Amino acid sequence: MEAFLHQVLAGLATGGIYASVALALVMIYQATHHLNFAQGEMAMFSTYIAWSLISAGLPYWAAFALTVVFAFILGVVIERVVIRPVENAPVLAVVVVFIALLVILNSVTGWIYTYTIKTFPSPFPAQPLFGNKYVSSHELGAIGVTLAVLLLLYGFFRYTPLGLAMRAAAQNPDSSRLVGIRVGWMLALGWGLAAAIGSVAGMMVAPIVYLDPNMMGGILLYAFAAALVGGIDNPGGAVFGGFLVGVLENVLGAFVIGNELKLAVALVLIIGVLVVRPSGFFGKVYVTRV
Amino acid sequence: MKRMLVPAAALLCAALASPAAFAQKKYDPGATDTEIKVGNTNPYSGPASAYGTIGKTIGAYFKMINEQGGINGRKINYISYDDGYSPPKTVEMVRKLVEQDQVLLVFQPLGTPSNTAIHKYMNSKKVPQLFVATGATKWNDPKNHPWTMGWQPNYQTEARIYAQHILKTKPNAKIAVLYQNDDYGKDYLKGFKDGLGAKASLIVKEVSYEVTDPTVDSQIVQLQSSGADVFFNITTPKFAAQAIRKAYDTGWKPLHYVNNVSASVGSVLTPAGLEKSVGLITTQYGKDPTDPTWKDDPGMKKWAEFMKKYYPEGSLIDASNVYGYGVAQTLVQVLKQAGDNLTRENVMKQAASLKNFETDTGLPGIKLNTTADDYAPIESVQLSRFDGKTWVRFGEVMGK
Repeated sequence: MEAFLHQVLAGLATGGIYASVALALVMIYQATHHLNFAQGEMAMFSTYIAWSLISAGLPYWAAFALTVVFAFILGVVIERVVIRPVENAPVLAVVVVFIALLVILNSVTGWIYTYTIKTFPSPFPAQPLFGNKYVSSHELGAIGVTLAVLLLLYGFFRYTPLGLAMRAAAQNPDSSRLVGIRVGWMLALGWGLAAAIGSVAGMMVAPIVYLDPNMMGGILLYAFAAALVGGIDNPGGAVFGGFLVGVLENVLGAFVIGNELKLAVALVLIIGVLVVRPSGFFGKVYVTRV
Repeated sequence: MKRMLVPAAALLCAALASPAAFAQKKYDPGATDTEIKVGNTNPYSGPASAYGTIGKTIGAYFKMINEQGGINGRKINYISYDDGYSPPKTVEMVRKLVEQDQVLLVFQPLGTPSNTAIHKYMNSKKVPQLFVATGATKWNDPKNHPWTMGWQPNYQTEARIYAQHILKTKPNAKIAVLYQNDDYGKDYLKGFKDGLGAKASLIVKEVSYEVTDPTVDSQIVQLQSSGADVFFNITTPKFAAQAIRKAYDTGWKPLHYVNNVSASVGSVLTPAGLEKSVGLITTQYGKDPTDPTWKDDPGMKKWAEFMKKYYPEGSLIDASNVYGYGVAQTLVQVLKQAGDNLTRENVMKQAASLKNFETDTGLPGIKLNTTADDYAPIESVQLSRFDGKTWVRFGEVMGK
């Protein structure tokens, strides 16, 4: 029983990682209706920027804030320079661009920072809370940060004119243009925001898995599963999906199917959701009149 | 024209008939009176580029040998290509080395997958694939692959030594094993079980992980709840650091063996936390450049001088640079032994006749021995325990 509880708690901790990356995926989907395969690498690259700033002597929170701003600008620039030219290209072309971005960011980071793992500091205490042996303070803190980001996003999309405009631009670009929304800039903003959320996720993930150019590779797959399970257009659903995937993966891996098939759990979830309920548990079902 | 050919052929026959004229010097492609061409591939770019410094150290070592007059009067022409740790690229580069550059031998190509990719090719072409930079056990297979030879202690040898140590010091151990689910992890696991022999049932739990797993936390929890008091950790650096940290954080205090692959203080124990690494056990066969024991060691002094003069941009605390020096020294010994008979066959024959050869950088008592049936040059290691600062060797040199 204790082993089971321990696995569930460890699963919630890794689930928090998936949830934070899944949030960034949902964000970009909300804003552009694309799934960005380079999301993980963008977050990883931003985390290296944070690492450089901290190594240069900046206090943690200053580096944190600067990195979020940097990531936002990076996202906007990528949208303007790389994505804009293929705006009207077929989906496949866009996917190829995303994969190219992934490979480029990964190699450039490796080239600049080498592939040796680095430790990344945590803003939370080193001692586990209440002396428990199951979850570290950082893992709890990271879950808290993810939930905070979720609340902010919810408020932003629901109650601010800018958030509403962004949703409109993604869902119906033509009508949005007619009511005066600058659709192009909304897309760029969406990229910026997604990159900023990704950078927060990266900085929360790095102390747990260590910082290296490939740190997001496996995580991104689990995050896709999380986002799809929860509903790719629902931030709350994505976070729930993250925790669900983390716990399922651990419990099934430890007690049912064995560790070899842990990744398969994520892939089966992706396929299962797409076949049975493409909109996920909490996603909206869109009906289009033909 | 035809008339000219006859005397020429006659001359050739005469020359072939008198062995004395040829006994002294015999050459295969890549060897001449003045030069020996040695080919190499290394990951100077890509995910394993941290190891690229080995290829550079080897180049610097050969430069030093050439400046000192070469080997039996011949200069080494070292041709090293980047394969980015990508097996298809290795195949391409090695074919270039063999077919276009016409090297006498390929030395120290790095990486288990890369060497696997060229294993058949080298053996069908009968070109030496000498002292490969990987610890897989399959390189010691002179019967089926007589043109391939490893250098460092292989994974099974190392794992057997941990098993021996456990049997000797903790005969009633309950052992937990974590291994990477691929050739490398299974190679170690096999050696470990072979070493335990009839006592393999001491292993109470073995779990694997995939390189795509973000963390191995779940696996550590499984191992801990098995109640094991000995932990054999077969992981690559990132996962080793995670495992050491998680084991400590959960309050599990097993006798913890970590494979030599992840014994680096800088890139594994420091990220894991030095205080969390106290008591770890591993094996060593080379002198650690950060270990103060070797401050006045003549071998390591030679190495430091070499680094200063021939590879000044190289790091003085990177064990890879010590490794490169030791392996290059071994090749020079083989080529010296080969004398003027620089055929590929004789190179392999000499590589398989090392007798108690010691490098400047190997631990005292670690001797290189090979025979026609034993293609594993280094088969002995010494156990070391981490004291919070550095690895401290203890016990005898173990193995053959």
